Amino acid sequence: MRLSSDQLILWQHGFFKLNVTIVTTWVLMAVLVIGAKLITRNLEHKVHISRWQSLLEVIVVAIRKQIEEVGLRQPERYMGFIGTLFLFIALSNFCTIIPGYEPPTGSLSTTAALALSVFIAVPLYGIAESGFGVYLRSYLKPTAIMLPFNLISELSRTLAMAIRLFGNIMSGTMILAILLTVAPFLFPIVMSLLGLLTGMVQAYIFSILATVYIAAATRAREEAGTS
Amino acid sequence: MLIDWFTVIAQVVNFLILVWLMKRYLYQPIVKALDAREQRIAAELAEADAKKAEALAERENFKRKNDEFDRQRDGLFSKATNDAAAQHSRLLEEVRKDADELRGKLQDKLNNEYRNLHDEIARRTQAEVFSIARKTLSELSGASLEQRMIEVFLQRLRELDNGERSKLAAIAAQDIISVRSAFELPLPQQASIEATIKTALGTRNQVRFEIVPNLIGGIELILHGQKVAWSISDHLASLEKELATLLKAQRHEGGSTTP
Repeated sequence: MRLSSDQLILWQHGFFKLNVTIVTTWVLMAVLVIGAKLITRNLEHKVHISRWQSLLEVIVVAIRKQIEEVGLRQPERYMGFIGTLFLFIALSNFCTIIPGYEPPTGSLSTTAALALSVFIAVPLYGIAESGFGVYLRSYLKPTAIMLPFNLISELSRTLAMAIRLFGNIMSGTMILAILLTVAPFLFPIVMSLLGLLTGMVQAYIFSILATVYIAAATRAREEAGTS
Repeated sequence: MLIDWFTVIAQVVNFLILVWLMKRYLYQPIVKALDAREQRIAAELAEADAKKAEALAERENFKRKNDEFDRQRDGLFSKATNDAAAQHSRLLEEVRKDADELRGKLQDKLNNEYRNLHDEIARRTQAEVFSIARKTLSELSGASLEQRMIEVFLQRLRELDNGERSKLAAIAAQDIISVRSAFELPLPQQASIEATIKTALGTRNQVRFEIVPNLIGGIELILHGQKVAWSISDHLASLEKELATLLKAQRHEGGSTTP
């Protein structure tokens, strides 16, 4: 049984290969970018705006507000990363309603790539906000003994993020596939709806966790300042 | 193997590209548009507030002006009403005065006309009556009547009292004695009259006879303003005189009673 769309390879040349995951990701990227480009092409500055612009504004404002609520004071700095994370995962999971669609988030390689991005982004943002020394010292909090545990925590949470998203989406797709063979009518529709809900929740969890980690990293300076 | 490392790397790159593209094509334009719109709305709200404040101020100003205008109008109106009332009463008073004057004048004029008409009627009646009387008496006067007149005249001459006789005699001694009659006296009668006069007055002066038709019927002796006569004209004249006196008395009486 095939667990990941990585295994469907369309083209391969040595180390380089083109599998369904990468192609689907490109398609999703194209949809996101072209959609955004089309809508923002004729942005209106009047009081009354188009429905599409209104929708995009609602999404952007909601993301910004969410980042702000978690504790990041300049949401515009993080919105590109966190917002894109959420939109990509959400669109990827949303498209599971299309028959025959293989979500990239159902591939451990993709979720690992996203978790790795977060893993790299967190210290980068932390260093950018607090400075290299202050950030590194945050691993020694509350005492130096905690350093190995802090490092393990960093790694394990990254792994947890990757596995959580992958597990949820992959299992949803798997359950749907199995159910289709057992009970072809109605029940798969209900499960599909449930899968949609799970997908949205996972997109939210993934991006909110990334925000929390970044917020924790950028708060290192404040804590250093107060101590 | 669930993780394909090439795919992981490719997806990391894909994701970073996507982040960059989304930042460029979605977040930045939307945030800019949002800010611009917010600014615009804030500006419009501020402008609306300013306009509202201005409108309120304008309304207050207008209300104040309106009140002022109402007050002025009321003041002017009451002043005009008072003026009109005063003018009205003054004009009424003038009109009443003029009307009284006119009525008085009209009354006087009516009284005058009434009086004149009354006088005219009286005068004409009198004239007619005397004219008829004169005409009748003229037609009636004849020889016997004239004879009787002369007799009455002579009788009256003879019966003069002493005082009058002596006064007439004194005048007759110095002046011409004139006897006037309405008809021509026959010579014997002229002689008889002359003799009677000369006897009664004791004079020798000449007696001159004149004919005066106005006497109607009658004869008179004129002596330097003094007169001894009997004539119908005299009677009529004395009647006319009495009638005139009566009319005058009546007019006086009517003038005092007429409103």
